[in-house]
Amino acid sequence: MNEYAEALQGGILVGLASWILLAGVGRASGVSGITHGVLTTRQQSSPWRWAFLFGLVGSGTFFSWALNVPYVQVTHPLVLVPAGFLVGLGAVMGSGSASGHAIVGLGRRSRRSLVAVVTFAVAAVATVMVTTHVPPAAWWAEAIWEALHHIVGQ
Amino acid sequence: MMGAPATAPAELGVPLPKADALGRWSAVTVAFVSGCIFAAGLTLSGMTQPEKVIAFLDIKEMFVGSFPGKWDPSLAFVVLGALAVALLGFALTPYASIRPWFTADFMLSNRRRVDGRLILGALLFGIGWGLSGYSPATALASLLTGQIDTVLFVLAMLPGMWLAGKL
Repeated sequence: MNEYAEALQGGILVGLASWILLAGVGRASGVSGITHGVLTTRQQSSPWRWAFLFGLVGSGTFFSWALNVPYVQVTHPLVLVPAGFLVGLGAVMGSGSASGHAIVGLGRRSRRSLVAVVTFAVAAVATVMVTTHVPPAAWWAEAIWEALHHIVGQ
Repeated sequence: MMGAPATAPAELGVPLPKADALGRWSAVTVAFVSGCIFAAGLTLSGMTQPEKVIAFLDIKEMFVGSFPGKWDPSLAFVVLGALAVALLGFALTPYASIRPWFTADFMLSNRRRVDGRLILGALLFGIGWGLSGYSPATALASLLTGQIDTVLFVLAMLPGMWLAGKL
């Protein structure tokens, strides 16, 4: 039960962070939007984006250390690369990801965000169903990994 | 009448350039603090651990044994807490009429139409999220925690974002 209380408290902090950015800077705290903004927007309007990202990465590092967050590898490194690419592509194409749609978007009662949240939740649940309950899903990643090891080893 | 020199450009109809206002240190500080609180929340709630996200998405576990089974509802509690604060805070912030505390204007999406781009993007994002258990926020928050996973993930995510912006 303690775990759930921590989840709720953590969520409250995330909501607070989103509200502070909206009320203080007038911008949505969608992490994909901010990261994409840093990649593309002219440097002059980006200081707040860089500041947000520095805070995110720095504080994430600090609290992972302070709270002694365990590290468990759940995804094969070769799956992480296409997964990361899909997350980046999909988040910018769909105008937002988890934080942008599920917190800021729903918080502003946007219908687009509601549709996006339902869509990516269904897609993610279906994906996990395939990767965890269909046994041979990871065999190809293992095979490529073995082959790479073989080549590098020589 | 009074204080005429002090009410310089804005009142004369020559607003400060937007970029200038956004670069002000107060806005930058608020953005930094927001990022810090954001990552603190994600870390405390356990969402930077992909195994917890995948344990939430794995709804089949709900039906193993008595109710929650091995299913982990944590993510639902995170969204519940965040959304409660966001709904309340945003409702109390009059972003239709006045300025934010430290910048010249609000810049938020006002689009309403649900289009194919939104659906396709959300589908692709959902697949990647389900494969890895990482979203952009959680991957960046655990970027420098000393494992290769999030570094690989973020290095792959950036070109994905760049490409989507070009499409």
